[in-house]
This record gives sequence, C-alpha cells and structure tokens, in this order.
Amino acid sequence: MIGSGVLNGMAVTLRNFLGSYFERDRLTTVQYPEERETLAENYRNFPFLVYDTEDAAAGLRCVACKICEKECPPQCILIVKSEDKKPDYLGKPQFYPRVFDIDISVCMSCQICVEVCPFEAIKMDKIFELSRRERFDALLMGKDELAKSNLYYHNIHPLEAAAVDAKLAEAAEAKKKKT
Amino acid sequence: MESLQEIKTRVEAAMPGAKVEIVVNPGPAQQSSLLLGNQHATAIARFLRDDSALRLDHCSNATGVDWLDRKVSKKVKVKKVVEGEEKEVEETQEEFFPGYLEAVYHLYSMTLKQGPIVIRTRTSDRAAGACLPSLTPVYRSAEFQEREIFDLYGIRFDGHPDLRRILMWDEFEDHPMRKDYCEPDDYEYEPTAHDDVLEKAKQHSIARPELDGAEKLTTQS
Amino acid sequence: MSVGFHELEEAPPPMTARLEGELMEISMGPQHPSTHGVFRMNVALEGEIVRKLKPVFGYLHRNHEKIGESTSYLGSMPYTDRLDYFCSMTNNWAYALSVEKLAGIEVPERAEYLRVILAELTRLQNHASLLGFLLSDMGAWGTPLMYAFREREIILDLFESLSGSRMMCDYMRFGGCRCDLPPGWMERARKVVDAFPRFLDEFEKLIVSNEILIARTQSVGTLSAELAINAGITGPMLRACGVNYDLRKVDGYGFYPRFKFRVPLGEHGDCYDRLMMRVLEMRESIEILQQAMEQLPEGPIMNPKVKIRAFKPPIGEAYGRIEGPKGELGFYLISDGGPNPYRYRVRPPSFINLTILEDLCLGHTVADVMVILGSVDIVMGEVDR
Repeated sequence: MIGSGVLNGMAVTLRNFLGSYFERDRLTTVQYPEERETLAENYRNFPFLVYDTEDAAAGLRCVACKICEKECPPQCILIVKSEDKKPDYLGKPQFYPRVFDIDISVCMSCQICVEVCPFEAIKMDKIFELSRRERFDALLMGKDELAKSNLYYHNIHPLEAAAVDAKLAEAAEAKKKKT
Repeated sequence: MESLQEIKTRVEAAMPGAKVEIVVNPGPAQQSSLLLGNQHATAIARFLRDDSALRLDHCSNATGVDWLDRKVSKKVKVKKVVEGEEKEVEETQEEFFPGYLEAVYHLYSMTLKQGPIVIRTRTSDRAAGACLPSLTPVYRSAEFQEREIFDLYGIRFDGHPDLRRILMWDEFEDHPMRKDYCEPDDYEYEPTAHDDVLEKAKQHSIARPELDGAEKLTTQS
Repeated sequence: MSVGFHELEEAPPPMTARLEGELMEISMGPQHPSTHGVFRMNVALEGEIVRKLKPVFGYLHRNHEKIGESTSYLGSMPYTDRLDYFCSMTNNWAYALSVEKLAGIEVPERAEYLRVILAELTRLQNHASLLGFLLSDMGAWGTPLMYAFREREIILDLFESLSGSRMMCDYMRFGGCRCDLPPGWMERARKVVDAFPRFLDEFEKLIVSNEILIARTQSVGTLSAELAINAGITGPMLRACGVNYDLRKVDGYGFYPRFKFRVPLGEHGDCYDRLMMRVLEMRESIEILQQAMEQLPEGPIMNPKVKIRAFKPPIGEAYGRIEGPKGELGFYLISDGGPNPYRYRVRPPSFINLTILEDLCLGHTVADVMVILGSVDIVMGEVDR
C-alpha cells in the first residue's frame, strides 16, 4: 500500500511520544535550572589554584615556576613571580605568584596546564554558570578568585583529590627518609 | 611494491629528459620522496597513475611547504696543513640552501592497495611569481588543494582550470602561510594578558569622542 | 493618463510563449539552516534546474595550520578537537598516529584497544547525527534529528565521564591515552552498545522505507566510481559507489586486523546508497565494539619513554592517516628538530569530498542540492580549518 512507509514512521513517533509518559528512558530532557543533573566526576571546565590550609595566601601550592604559562596553547595565563620567598605548606621557603591571571574568555579548558604542573597546584574546576555583563575585564580571573581550598577540591573530584593527596604524602615520606 | 630507485629508473626510461631525484627522509617514518622536474611533472604523474604495476590513482594529499633560506652545518673531516704538517682536522662546514616553495603530493593506489609514493615539485626561489605545473589534469582531487596552496602560499599552478582564492576572500592580498607573513595590527581588541598584541591594537583604535559636548555649549552659540 | 490595452504599439506576447531568459544566479548563502555550517553555494539556475554551482567557503578559516607551526606538538592536540567538531576522538587519533610515525613511538596494547573503542563510538554518534541532519534538511522537521541526538547524548555522556568534556575531548597523547577508564565506565559502555541495535531498528523503521525519502534520494546525485577515485573521494561516499577501500582494512592501523567486520558497499552511488551506507556502517561498528570490549587487556595506557614537555621528534617528515567517520583524515608533519612542527598540514576529508559537488548537482533541482549536500557529510570546521 502506498504510504505505508510514512505511516510506519508515524507509528514510531507516536510510540515515542506516548512512551515518554511511562518509560524513563524515552523522556530525555531535564528541566534546567529547577532540576540539575549531577556532573560526571571527571568533568572539567576552567582551572583553579589549590591551597592546602585554611589560609589562601600561605597554603597556596603554586611556586610560580611558569611552566603552565609556557605550555598553555592559547596563552591565557599570566604569572608575575614575587621578589621574596615565603614558606609553603611544608615549611620550605618558596617563591609565590604575585599575579596569577587567567583570561577565561580565551581559556579552552584543555587541561594541559594541569598535566604539566609539577607541584599539583593547578587543577580543573567544574564551574560553568559564569555569565558576566561586560565582555572584557570581567572575565579575567585573578589569584583571589582562582584560589580554592583542598577541601573544595575533594568535594568536586573525590577520587582524583584522594590520589593527589596520596602522592604528595608519599613524596613527603620519601623526603623525610632521605634527611 | 617497488622501491623508489626502481620507480626512478623506470620513469627515466619511459620519459627521456625527465628530471627525477630521490629526496631522502631522515627519521623513523622513512617516507622518502621523488623530486620531479617542473617541465615533465604532469607527464610523470600521468605515467605513475596509468602504469600497470603502480596504478597510483588516489592523490591523497596535496600541500605546499615554504622553506626559508637556511644554513645547514655539518662536521666534516678535512685535510689541512697545521704547523707544517698535514693532518686531518674536524671542521664545521656551513652549507647555504636558498629558500624555495614546494608542493608535495602523496599518492596511493586504490586498485592495488599500495602506497604511499610522495612526489615533490619545487620552485626556483621564493619570488612573488613562483610557478609550478598543476597536477589537476591528472588527479581531480588536486583541484581544490592547489587552489588552497595558491591562496595561502602564492604558487601559481599552470594548467589549473580555475585558479582563485579559496579560503581567504578574493580581495585579500598577501599569502598567509608564508613564513615571512606579517599579520595586521588591528585585530579585534582582545585584551589577553600579553601586552604586545594590546599595544599594537591600541595604536589603531579611534579616540573616544566626548560624551555629548554639552560642556562646550555656551549661551552665545 | 492611463493607456488602454488596445492603444499599445505592439501586442503583448501570448500566454503560451516560453519565457526565455538568462540564468538566474542566487547565492544559497552562508546563513542557511541546511548547509551544515557557514557554507555558500553560488548556483546559476534555469528555472529550478541547476546549471552551474560554485561552492564558496572560508568563513570559518581559523588558520589552524599556522597556529600549529607556532604551538608545540602537545599544544596542538586540543586544536585538533576543533577541526571536525563532531568527531574529536578520531581527530586526536589521526594526529597522535602521525606524530607516532614521525618519532617512531610505540603504543601499548590497552591504549590501542581504547582508541579503537572510542573511535567506533565516535563513528556511531557521527553517523546517527548525520542521518538526523539529512532528514531534517529534507523536511522531516527535526524528529529523526532529536532521536539521533538522544542516542548521541548517551555516547557523549560516556566521553564526558572519561575525558572530562563532551565534545572537545583532548584524550589521546603521543604514545597512548591521557587517563584510564574511571570505575563503572566499561559496564555503562557495554549497556549503551547492547541497547544501540534496538535504536537502530527503530530508526530504520522511521526512515528507510519512507516513500518520500526514497523518492527524494534514489537516482539523485549519482557518482561514478572512476570519478570518485580520481577526485580523491574517501569514506562512505566512495564505498557507496562500489569501491572497496576502507583504511581500517587497507592500512590495518590500530589493531583493526584483529576484529572481524564487513565493509558495506553500495551499488549505484546515489544519495540513497550513501544514506544506507551510514546505517550499515553503524551496525558494523557495533560488531567491532562488542569484540573490542571483550578483548580489552589490562596494562599501561601510556608509553613511559615519551616526554610530555619539551617533546622534540627527530628531523624528518611523516604522513599518517585514519578512516575517520567522514573519510580519510590525514596529518602531514615536517619536523626540523625543534619543539614546534615546521609544517603542520591537515588533509580534510570534507574539503576534498566537496570537489565534485558541482558534478553531482548539475541537472537536478534546487531542492535536490540540499539532499546531495547533506549526503556528502561536511563539517565546516574541517573544510575551512
């Protein structure tokens, strides 16, 4: 019968439409922002700096080695090293970044900065609701906005943060054994 | 599949007067290439496509390369007279290669499932009117790719049916992929953290007019 | 003062005379809902029949190749995601393969299996979206598109939980993959792959025997095998003409010879064959996925000898290619011993498949142009780079 192909197709559409009231996997939309899906653990969007103790200035892991600035493909990181050294969370005097700017209108969340950082100081955040009213300057995040605590890191990436903590503890143990 | 040396001898036998050289590719990939003389390049390509042992009918990739003038230094043992005695001394010799533009083609065979054979054609220098023979009469897939090479490198292809710019707009001047291309200063103002782009852009921005000039108004005018 | 009809000097032509005129040139312009991106076609029409067609593109040209010359090898990897933005995993694999050829790096077994699994998942979601878009262009108003996207979202959720990002995955590295599977990923992937044939059956019922689709795609845009080979067409478009050339079988990269799968071939080379090619390839991809997921070994996912930073391959050049969902995606790299490539070239399948667009469209109507363009399967990110 001519038209049977079209009618078969319409039957599929009808089945999907009526099924969306009864079967959960036929209803695939989520009413954002009232309902939110949980993000995957590995989800990444824009970096942030980790600090260890409660103090954002004293516990900052970043030692301004500038490796992430060099490796960043769109060159969106600007670091200015400090003149003096201050003790880091382990007690050793290290340089710290006086200025650490990331321009998130340029950043493409490729997480190469995370991969090359030797001090586990920069990690990927999960924030995406970042609308601003101005186009420039408002999307330039400085050190204060970027520094977030290690507890926050454990909240957003539990498995990864646990692995990083284990690695740092191991490195501290190895150093203690040597001295 | 035949080695490059065998292909070279067969091409030279089939087409007397054709210039074919082997360019060795250092490195692990070992895809050495045949450098073809410009006069016979189209005929050689046709031979490679129609020959029954090779049947290279698929031109997979056609690309341009810009080589600047470069000096390659290598250490060479030379007999020199030192303090009255002839000795062998190691010397670094610098060889100067003048720059040229190049078109590289990767050929595969779909019927015989073999390949790749890489062929190259070179211009004599990087002057503005560099010309190369077009392989579009032999391989239709080179049509758009040679247009792109013309657009981005400035190499004119003789025998191409429709040579005009493809990726840049038609009134654009200059050829962007050349190594000595100077980009324009006035990009859209993008205040990245790196200041030399910012400085160059600021020179082109128009000064903001006063808000509405109301402060200039006097009772007379 | 109005002129009466009988006062004109010449009688007007009778209604039955043919209107002879010049060709009408229109621009099926860059802003068009059906051109798969910013793509422009200057068509010269005689009535509704296409007499000349010149494609114009370059609206999305982002000088990716020049950026590649000033970025390190690792830094170019996120940029390759953005070439064919539907298939970022296969773009990454093609680039990683070319660099591995350039530098002579070996890849461990588990990494190769993971690459195959992710590439076939990419192929599934690309073909599903393409069919959705093609049907939407033909006037099906988004229903098949939404069904295809429903499946695509499930696959993209898998990519997100593995690499961190739905589309711009940046997952492959030179010598392996960036990170290992999170816990529970394999079970979820198995569930997705086992549920996919049910979706394919439903989708086929929706489209394949639809009379409107058959009437609009059969004998439209026929491509002969000789022209296809000469014009460098690759991918499902070539196999629809009957040429048996699939790089997964010919080059045998990435452990594909270990899997049993068939290569579907078409007979006529028209739009209907190209459409059915994608449907059949989806079924073969499911076969490969089931075999690969079963055979996945344990082990390292990264070659330990490769440096991440300051990666300097030896002087030389290499051309590596893979069978991407749209055709043969190749990367040609010339290294001069430094940290940045000297020449970085992408061989884009969509760009080269557009060479014969004019030949396919001549003699057809304007409405067929959209169907033919949809069956070529282009993504402007790849055409313009």
